[in-house]
Amino acid sequence: MNVTVTINGTERSADVEPRLLLVDFIRSNLGLTGTHIGCDTTSCGVCTVLLDGTPVKTCTVFAVQANGRSITTVEGLKQNGELSAMQTAFHEEHGLQCGFCTPAMMLVGTALLEENPDPTEDEVRWAISGNLCRCTGYMNIVKAIQAAAQSAKEGASV
Amino acid sequence: MYPAKFDYLAPESLDETLSILADRGDEVKILAGGQSLIPMMKLRFATPPTLLDINRIPGLDGLTRTNGTLSIGALVRHNDVVKSDVAKANHTVVSAAPWIADPIVRNLGTLAGSLAHHDPEGDWASVMLACDGKVVLTSSTGERVVPITEFLVDMFSTSCQPNEMVTEVRVKAHSDRGGGNYQKLERKVGDYATVGVATCLELADDGTVAGAGIALTSVYAFNLKVTEAESLLKGETPSEELFKEAARVASQACDPASDSRGSADYKRHIVDIYTQRGLAESLAIAQGGQS
Amino acid sequence: MTTTAHKPHTSPEIGGLGHSRKRVEDARFIEGRGNYVDDIELPGMLHMAIHRSPVAHARIISIDTSAAEAVEGVIAVVTGELLAGYNLAWMPTLSNDTQAVLATDKVRFQGQEIAAVIATDPYVAQDAARLIEVEYDELEAIVNPMRALEEDAPVIRDDKEDQETNLVYEWESGDKAATDAAFAAADKIISLETHYPRSHPAPLETCGIIADVDSATGQTTLYMTSQAPHAHRTLFALVAGLPEQNIRIVSPDLGGGFGNKVPIYPGYVVATAASLVIGQPVKWIETRTENLVSTGFARDYYMKGELALSSEGKIVGLRVDMLSDQGAFFSDAQPSKLRAGMFHIVTGSYDYQAAHVTTRGAYTNKAPGGVAYRCSFRVTEASYLIERLVQNAAYEIGMDPAEFRLKNFIQPEQFPYTTPTGFVYDSGDYEAALREAMRIVGYDKIQAEKEQARKEGKLVGVGIASFTEVVGAGHGEDYDIVGLKMFDSAELRVHPTGKAILKLGVKSQGQGHETTFAQIVAEELGIPADDIKVVEGDTDNTPYGLGTYASRSVPVAGAATAVISRKLREKAKKIAAHLLEASEDDLEWETGKFFVKGDPESSVSIQDVAFAAYTNPPPGVEAGLEGVHYYDPPNMTYPFGSYIVVVDVDPATGQWKVRRMVAVDDCGVRINPMIVEGQIHGGLAEGYAMSSMQSITFDEAGNHLASSFMDYLVPTAWETPRFELGETVTPSPHHPIGAKGVGESATVGSPAAYVNAVVDALEHLGVRNFEMPVTADKVWAALETASNG
Ligand SMILES: Cc1cc2nc3c(=O)[nH]c(=O)nc-3n(C[C@H](O)[C@H](O)[C@H](O)COP(=O)(O)OP(=O)(O)OC[C@H]3O[C@@H](n4cnc5c(N)ncnc54)[C@H](O)[C@@H]3O)c2cc1C
Ligand code: FES
Ligand code: FES
Repeated sequence: MNVTVTINGTERSADVEPRLLLVDFIRSNLGLTGTHIGCDTTSCGVCTVLLDGTPVKTCTVFAVQANGRSITTVEGLKQNGELSAMQTAFHEEHGLQCGFCTPAMMLVGTALLEENPDPTEDEVRWAISGNLCRCTGYMNIVKAIQAAAQSAKEGASV
Repeated sequence: MYPAKFDYLAPESLDETLSILADRGDEVKILAGGQSLIPMMKLRFATPPTLLDINRIPGLDGLTRTNGTLSIGALVRHNDVVKSDVAKANHTVVSAAPWIADPIVRNLGTLAGSLAHHDPEGDWASVMLACDGKVVLTSSTGERVVPITEFLVDMFSTSCQPNEMVTEVRVKAHSDRGGGNYQKLERKVGDYATVGVATCLELADDGTVAGAGIALTSVYAFNLKVTEAESLLKGETPSEELFKEAARVASQACDPASDSRGSADYKRHIVDIYTQRGLAESLAIAQGGQS
Repeated sequence: MTTTAHKPHTSPEIGGLGHSRKRVEDARFIEGRGNYVDDIELPGMLHMAIHRSPVAHARIISIDTSAAEAVEGVIAVVTGELLAGYNLAWMPTLSNDTQAVLATDKVRFQGQEIAAVIATDPYVAQDAARLIEVEYDELEAIVNPMRALEEDAPVIRDDKEDQETNLVYEWESGDKAATDAAFAAADKIISLETHYPRSHPAPLETCGIIADVDSATGQTTLYMTSQAPHAHRTLFALVAGLPEQNIRIVSPDLGGGFGNKVPIYPGYVVATAASLVIGQPVKWIETRTENLVSTGFARDYYMKGELALSSEGKIVGLRVDMLSDQGAFFSDAQPSKLRAGMFHIVTGSYDYQAAHVTTRGAYTNKAPGGVAYRCSFRVTEASYLIERLVQNAAYEIGMDPAEFRLKNFIQPEQFPYTTPTGFVYDSGDYEAALREAMRIVGYDKIQAEKEQARKEGKLVGVGIASFTEVVGAGHGEDYDIVGLKMFDSAELRVHPTGKAILKLGVKSQGQGHETTFAQIVAEELGIPADDIKVVEGDTDNTPYGLGTYASRSVPVAGAATAVISRKLREKAKKIAAHLLEASEDDLEWETGKFFVKGDPESSVSIQDVAFAAYTNPPPGVEAGLEGVHYYDPPNMTYPFGSYIVVVDVDPATGQWKVRRMVAVDDCGVRINPMIVEGQIHGGLAEGYAMSSMQSITFDEAGNHLASSFMDYLVPTAWETPRFELGETVTPSPHHPIGAKGVGESATVGSPAAYVNAVVDALEHLGVRNFEMPVTADKVWAALETASNG
């Protein structure tokens, strides 16, 4: 079946089997490998992207379901060639170690700040609780998302 | 892990969907949020020949309140409920929503799909059992509204016929003398309930219990409505003692299994504690007069 | 000397030791441009899927691959029989045992590899792998080591000629007679039996490989999730009989390792063999289930400990007996002389001279592994046992657990301290660390609050762990893995423009080597850290090394980096003398430049010197400013710390919640405090996971009950406690920069602190132990037992 998506602002199409998972479509057909795979049970969240702005686990969506929709992956976070506030904050606050969970964490953080520009620590922890990290103990991820909120308030783009 | 091959249909209208169901309902499987079905397909516990994706059907995502009834369309996601002001009309519903799965799964999974799936560890069925919800089943020949108790047949089985689909779930709004609550013990976010207890209360003008609902998750072969405990409450003046008695009855009615989530004795004990806590919370809301 | 502050000697622009320099590796990760094994696509690449045993112990009657072969897109199906033709059906383990690559005779654990499908598409490979049919004759599954050692237990390893029982090894350490004497004279004996449950490192990236064998040239390139690429190259050469110069292992970015990526797994060998035979690249990426059921388990130690106390409340002796569940193949990643790794560090942070440790390992019908999951070779189990024992000892003699520890600690002036099991602790100030943790947590206040809470029917617990770790394996005479001495290496090349490249034999999995190792060079040579590129993970381009695990990167490769930097500085001095027309003896070094004593104006920068090394070397001095150093550490390093956890327990449900987690770590000199703290956060979270929810269990039939993240529970940000960190700094006297390594301290030290806290909350009810993971139902059951008398 033909699938056409707008990914990070660019329209892309491919002919796929209905059973192709969206994560494999993004990684293999579109060659965007910043979206990862970490489990078989929809548990880890490292495959998360924004589908029409909403975080979803792409290991549990078929590529055909995304037909005609718009997707933002980590590769689309930069704006006008500049790192987003979220990306900068993850770097500044040491919010990543191995980097495997990082793209998903940043996307979920970005979606959170869209809805709630000034989240408390608990709200951040709750929002990222569908995403696992094995390296950081979450301390600096939470800090990074709050720091991004702070710099967005000061005018940076999330 | 990858699912087996299947054919994929994504009709763009309800009529088209219903006619597909009428023609070949036996071989198609409805795909709503996919948050139960796709994991099962990846494990190859489910290998449907054809998927019927209902996500492109307009009009199924309504979450509205009319005359004391909350209507939840088939495409209303768990997180739509979490974020909705309208859903606050039913306290049990709003209190359960944030505890379903995890925040990302909640963006896709639907309440109706959860009922249709009827996993005995699912939370929504208990909520609907406690609140006497109703399910709207639609086919090309019309619509029937069945009480939740008739809709849920056995674990992973419902009275939805091959030519039908769930288009809407209805549940009453609490009056300003009503309250409700969902208590869930989970080991971590994203875990199914070790024990879940849904409670729902309506008080009469004299402060006695006019209506009561109690249903349990994960402690029986299916979501268990504890009618005996419900009737024990009706007509009585709420008190700690009364709630204790209802909780005792609930903990006797369930039949949990010992597993990695806890021993049977433990789960029974949690049913007892959570029923008390849930009823107390429901009462506080009912007496606080919030709606 | 112990201090609580670190002051960098260099400016932030240089970025030497002590600077919280932001990580250079972040740039690619935050843009989604990390390069993990699964991200690599090669032309003509095929995909592999493995068919695994559904049963734990059975004879294989037949394997039918015909249906799989018939699937469109399937190129080949590999079985053990086929591999046997290449002498590859079995392979050696890291513990000098053998392991089946693909089973031929028997299956010995659920999830064991039986056959592999190679196909053009990963989906097709999995479709076909399901169609392989195997007929089994089931045998009794042995699911614990106690049963394994019973006389009538079936012998799991009947493939080994001299193996008549399920005993893997017997090993002891310490002095039995002295220990017996100490116990005979003791006033009180405290004993504890406990199981450190089976666990799994479960990095979020699973294991995988792309094997690319060029049939024309024999060049074999293996892109592999490897924490030890050089050692793996040698093992591949030995196992597959391939010429080592033709094997290149590339370990690209790793999505975490934690010990999981130390062993060589059957999947790697099969993919390589398949690529060799087919002549096309073959990719194999584990599913999470495969990861959890077949690769790299950790722990699973059944331990019995006894502590002998004098009437004054001093520890006078320790006796430990341990039985280990090794699974079906003994593949502990451990130094070969020490059968139970460094478990004999179990004597802990305390001063007494009699200890005796006996250990046995047994084969069972479970996955092999025995990896050091964020732990230096079985230190986690040891630290857990002694810290649980010490906590209980304090209760039994009615002393505050902190006071009991303070009374029994090895004192600062006793270092270097030889323990009764033969370790020589390099340095420590245990009292300082514990007092700092007590200060941060407000110990007296919190204890008073706990007493008050009890009166109100609430349950609060305070748990301490004052651990000593042993890391940095290790000196060549005692430490080797399959004969390879455990040195590590650094190659430093300073380019003419004064910029440098540092190549290492170790391999980061998220620890930030590209950032921190540049800081060591910056400190030693005054070249700004930003001007130094760090390269690792490609065996064609880096010097030989044993890899990253057991917190050994900084202790060993970090030392190698400092030493090679110093060697180059010596050479630089010769060149500087030439440039300044002064005698070498008259030169002084100050970060980044040499100057003539008494004449600071006459100076040359390290950059000037580097340029001269290539453009104007002194007569008789070799051109260039490059070198490589292999560092054989004189001793291990011994990081330590004190952790204090405060928990609130809900008496109605048994749920416990961490209110405070204070961690004071002393890992010697901190190269990059920010990264050190990140490592500690991660370890504290994993310690919390093990103590609260994460473990691998089996049923009676040997079925794996934690084969996905729905059952093998990894805490989310919601459950994970907040951490409060503190530090003391006691440099290692024998390490060139005084650093000790920190990657694992928190996983090693924290489980006992969490469990001690929950035990402490119920201590007044007579509770003395909880088995990990301490789930709410266990706590509730203990409360029930206590209230029922
Ligand atoms: C990690 C994880 C954790 C979870 N934890 C929980 C939890 O704690 N509690 C909980 O309750 N659930 C949990 N779930 C399940 C989740 O809530 C699902 O969203 C829900 O069970 C199914 O809804 P869905 O819309 O995704 O249905 P789908 O997966 O699309 O469908 C499920 C079944 O219902 C049928 N179906 C769906 N919609 C209709 C319809 N309109 N008419 C007729 N049949 C229909 C489908 O054919 C299928 O058989 C979890 C899921 C995941 C992945
Ligand atoms: S890969 Fe783990 S949730 Fe998608
Ligand atoms: S940084 Fe490694 S998993 Fe999060």
